[in-house]
Amino acid sequence: MGEDTDATPTLNHRGFLPDHNYVTEADIISTVEFNHTGELLATGDKGGRVVIFQREPESKTEPFSQGEYNVYSTFQSHEPEFDYLKSLEIEEKINKIRWLPQQNAAHFLLSTNDKTIKLWKVSERDKRPEGYNLKDEEGRIKDISTVTSLQVPVLKPMDLMVEVSPRRVFANAHTYHVNSISVNSDYETYMSADDLRINLWHLDITDRSFNIVDIKPANMEDLTEVITAAEFHPHHCNLFVYSSSKGTLRLCDMREAALCDKHSKLFEEPEDPSARSFFSEIISSVSDVKFSHSGRYLLTRDYLTAKVWDLNMESKPLETYQVHDYLRSKLCSLYENDCIFDKFECAWNGSDSVIMTGAYNNFFRMFDRNTKRDVTLEASRESSKPRAVLKPRRVCAAGGKRRKDDISVDSLDFTKKILHTAWHPNENIIAIAATNNLYIFQDKLNSEMH
Amino acid sequence: MSATTAMEVNVEARRILAVSISKLYASRTQRGGLRLHRSLLLSLVMRSARDIYHSSRESEVLTGAPSEEPMDTSSSQGEQTPQPEPQPEPQPILNSAEVTPEEPENTEDECEGEITEDKENLSPSRQSRKRRGKASAAPDFLPSKRARLEHGEERYAAALGSCRVGAGESLTTLSLNRVIPAF
Repeated sequence: MGEDTDATPTLNHRGFLPDHNYVTEADIISTVEFNHTGELLATGDKGGRVVIFQREPESKTEPFSQGEYNVYSTFQSHEPEFDYLKSLEIEEKINKIRWLPQQNAAHFLLSTNDKTIKLWKVSERDKRPEGYNLKDEEGRIKDISTVTSLQVPVLKPMDLMVEVSPRRVFANAHTYHVNSISVNSDYETYMSADDLRINLWHLDITDRSFNIVDIKPANMEDLTEVITAAEFHPHHCNLFVYSSSKGTLRLCDMREAALCDKHSKLFEEPEDPSARSFFSEIISSVSDVKFSHSGRYLLTRDYLTAKVWDLNMESKPLETYQVHDYLRSKLCSLYENDCIFDKFECAWNGSDSVIMTGAYNNFFRMFDRNTKRDVTLEASRESSKPRAVLKPRRVCAAGGKRRKDDISVDSLDFTKKILHTAWHPNENIIAIAATNNLYIFQDKLNSEMH
Repeated sequence: MSATTAMEVNVEARRILAVSISKLYASRTQRGGLRLHRSLLLSLVMRSARDIYHSSRESEVLTGAPSEEPMDTSSSQGEQTPQPEPQPEPQPILNSAEVTPEEPENTEDECEGEITEDKENLSPSRQSRKRRGKASAAPDFLPSKRARLEHGEERYAAALGSCRVGAGESLTTLSLNRVIPAF
């Protein structure tokens, strides 16, 4: 995959105290999402803030600032809340952001925390009316006796201002923690999924939603699995998929019944009995599921692997990629330090030929489905200066043969985890969230997707 | 399964159980409330650890006396000393928790009764009781203080009697499931 070794990284980061290792928890990025054209990139953090980056149009005068992403808008999406009935604090952390397809000059996005989903309108204002009859330039009411003639206010250009306003608040529909939202291809509805239920909303209606999946058992003692992620099919507005903690995927058709508890297809790989351990259940839990852009395939991520499934084959995945199999013998320590519960996301490139997912030590991995080649890259300030070429990294087993620049499994930094990554819908541009820093890498040589 | 590997698995299972219980306690004070997914995964690990722990105990019984004796003398010494250490640790946690999960309560009830017996009887002829005593002393991460049973949980106390006799099957679905629905 020549494209990645020649990638030219452009560094955009919102680090706090860059010279220190101290990280404010509120700055930890919790979600990253490009919009449908790739012009905008939104990030959400633990402090409930959303930062939107906009890609600068390529200019001939400054060739090096071609297509760089700069901050477009920052706003506070969610605040911490308190549920008095249950005596529970509701975190303001943004779990997911999803953009709506653009239909007019304004941009819309959905952002959610554990309980509440909000629809935000992002619009630009670059003109201002001037020449009011009753108000002066500062907005003070004029003395009527001084008004001798009428004028029509005119729009004059002003400095660009980006305004963000909440248009809808979808609240009180989830007992458990919301883990996913997904906008339907009909551009009218969207779904929100928590641990046990999935609700269908209309974008214009906030006071009611339809429950389409409910896996809560009558007796909670019988609980064996929870919903971990859900997504609508990119083209068929009646189809959606949801993943479970048991490692299964269910494809549901909303035309079949109002309550889609009965799946249309169940994707499950039989467990390998020889690989059984204390932690088999935890590592088989699917942390993310994504439809391919074509709608033909599904990409899932569990703790150690990424799998590509064909929608037409339920018995086993089409392809399985080992993300960091060297951790398989370390599951006990990863359980003790809680890393085994980390939920990694995964992403497709625009042409569905390459998949990407994060790992530890600020490493992220890309797998080319056609050439079967894979690469490990690092997102860190030390190893990548702006406009430098990213160097592939390699992890070797402890005590194994080490090449220069290799890193041994025991020296991996498990506090540096890349859970959230996003790929531009059309070009070879990726956004990597490494704790509180956002890295954007562009492939200048191979901009076209192939 | 040889006796030594059974012991290793046993120790491993106990350690995992201890770690899991402390995680369960810690998750209560976590911001944002209890995470259902995480609690479910913790309970699944605890269940497999407990199953493996009990099955490795059974295999210890089956492997016979000679391999057990050296362990008796050394462990009877070892029992006294490590016990006080891990106990003060989980004790403050239990004291501050409002609702205690049932499994630690039941096993420690068993624990308290068996420990005294164990000190008194070290002869090989009382093998079966000794072994159980060792095993019940095994969850030494649990406090020796008798935690009060909450109302509505008394019916589980009846199962204790059968625990002493059986190999622990009665503990199977005992209370891990109850940990989750409390929320």
